[in-house]
Amino acid sequence: MSVLSEQLRERIRQEFPKYPNKRAVVLPALHMVHDAMRAVSTGAIEEIAELLELHPSEVHDTMSFYNFFKDEKHALGKHRIWVCRSISCMLRGGEEVLEKVCNKFHVHPGQTSADGKVTLEFAECLGACEGAPCILVDDECHMDMNAESVAALIEKL
Amino acid sequence: MAKFEPVLFARINKPDSTSLKTYMADGGYARIKEILSMAPVDVINVVKDAGLRGRGGAGFPCGLKWTFLPKDHPGPIYLCINADESEPGTFNNRILMEKDPHQLIEGIMIACHAIKSNNAYLYLRYEYGRSYRTLDAAIKECYAAGLLGKNIKGTGFNLDIVLHRGAGAYICGEETGLIESLEGKRAWPRIKPPFPAIEGLFRKPTIVNNVETLCCVTHILYRGKEWFQSIGVPPDPNNPRDPGSYGPKLYCVSGHVNKPCCVELPLGVTARELIEEHAGGVWKGRKAKAVVPGGISMGFLSDKEFDTKLDFAGPGKVGCLGLGTAAVVVIDDQTSMVDVLFNCCRFMSHESCGQCTPCREGTAWMTKILTRIRAGQGRLEDLDLLMEVAGSMGIIPGTTICGLSDGAAWPVKNAISKFRGDFEEYINSKRATVTSAQKLMEAH
Repeated sequence: MSVLSEQLRERIRQEFPKYPNKRAVVLPALHMVHDAMRAVSTGAIEEIAELLELHPSEVHDTMSFYNFFKDEKHALGKHRIWVCRSISCMLRGGEEVLEKVCNKFHVHPGQTSADGKVTLEFAECLGACEGAPCILVDDECHMDMNAESVAALIEKL
Repeated sequence: MAKFEPVLFARINKPDSTSLKTYMADGGYARIKEILSMAPVDVINVVKDAGLRGRGGAGFPCGLKWTFLPKDHPGPIYLCINADESEPGTFNNRILMEKDPHQLIEGIMIACHAIKSNNAYLYLRYEYGRSYRTLDAAIKECYAAGLLGKNIKGTGFNLDIVLHRGAGAYICGEETGLIESLEGKRAWPRIKPPFPAIEGLFRKPTIVNNVETLCCVTHILYRGKEWFQSIGVPPDPNNPRDPGSYGPKLYCVSGHVNKPCCVELPLGVTARELIEEHAGGVWKGRKAKAVVPGGISMGFLSDKEFDTKLDFAGPGKVGCLGLGTAAVVVIDDQTSMVDVLFNCCRFMSHESCGQCTPCREGTAWMTKILTRIRAGQGRLEDLDLLMEVAGSMGIIPGTTICGLSDGAAWPVKNAISKFRGDFEEYINSKRATVTSAQKLMEAH
């Protein structure tokens, strides 16, 4: 029984013609699997490696460099909320926004809420400093957050 | 002086600015066929003679970089577009990609023609989801309109652009780190030489250019080098090695100002002009204590230095590392530089790729020392220790592979030499001012 669905495998294969070798597809493949399965398990790493004609340790080597990807013990919740903690947001109350999100879901950064709805993360500069403090919900940025607006935004998730 | 009319940002507030239709209605792609029919070397010469310097941080002359490619190379040549914009305070490329993607795509087409490349890889940081969707739609429009793909507009020129998403690592903005990441590996910067122009992506000759740089290329080809040189700061006649700071620049202003913004101006405005005339002044009626001139890795300007010209040469004259990304972050007089520096060091420690010991250990120890100071247990000797650590890491002392380390050391050097009083007062008071919210942020 394979970990990756045939549909996921096909999507990964469709990336091959874009690059002169299959190794360059490591990041796109990790993104696809991570997005669909909310984690990249050891089994998934082995199957990605097989598809890309690499050793599983090579895929894991790349994956572990980027804190972005989670293993099966740390699977993501339904949504991933990133709170920016870099300088422009820090100067305009980013820390208070983070505290609000932590209290709302009873989680610390890096953890997933008990109901599996939200994984909270720190982000380094999200590149939206004209709207600091800002947060990222999955990959969509929300600007000019404060304790109230972030609470309202989270309510809708 | 007459009001400067934005060029790179001319279209960003127009309705439907991202579509091919409106871009073409505004004159976009109008001369692409003609430009693609020019000899590549002529295109390089126009960009070189215009004096365009890279907008990503280092300010390296763009046309000159293109000439480093081997002549008559038989195999593939690659263009990598560096859209991994991650320097804290910087967001100009995001606006360019979200609001006017075709301006960038046209620049990519021109650059690829100049360097004889048929494959461009656009390395986009993952966090820019909206940019990704906008660019993806724009690239699809171009394929459908025959502006990308085979035999573009009957010129015989082929070009494919691949959008490649990163995974949240600052080091991917370093050009060889970006290349390694694109190849599917850890983003560990490479030892140079060989430079990417000789051996880069997939071990082939490669040029890495920033988004804003490529947007400038489009306008240089349309308006000419004389136009470009009519904007900005000419070379310093007393410095034969200064190539000048020509052209428009997108300045990002954030932090403690009333109206944080990204504004396009001729290179060479001052921090004071940006704060007062474009960002609505310092917030809450306060005064600015310090200004970051170009992303945190460039260091700080003190209040005596706010009239420094923010061109490629200016920040260096007052002890900063350089112009960097021209991302100005304003810090008001109620903020402790201890907290600001802690934030910078924690960022760099988190983002150090760990390959070189002086950077991996140096950034971590500087963060630890500042954590101790913030906990009320600092010692005055800690300041000399911080300076010693900062002085021993980076390309400048010659102990690391890439410049991230210099960028990690610089805010420490500047903060302690220019704001030593802040640190001494904090340490002598023995106070621990870290709030519960700040404590959450301290975690790695």
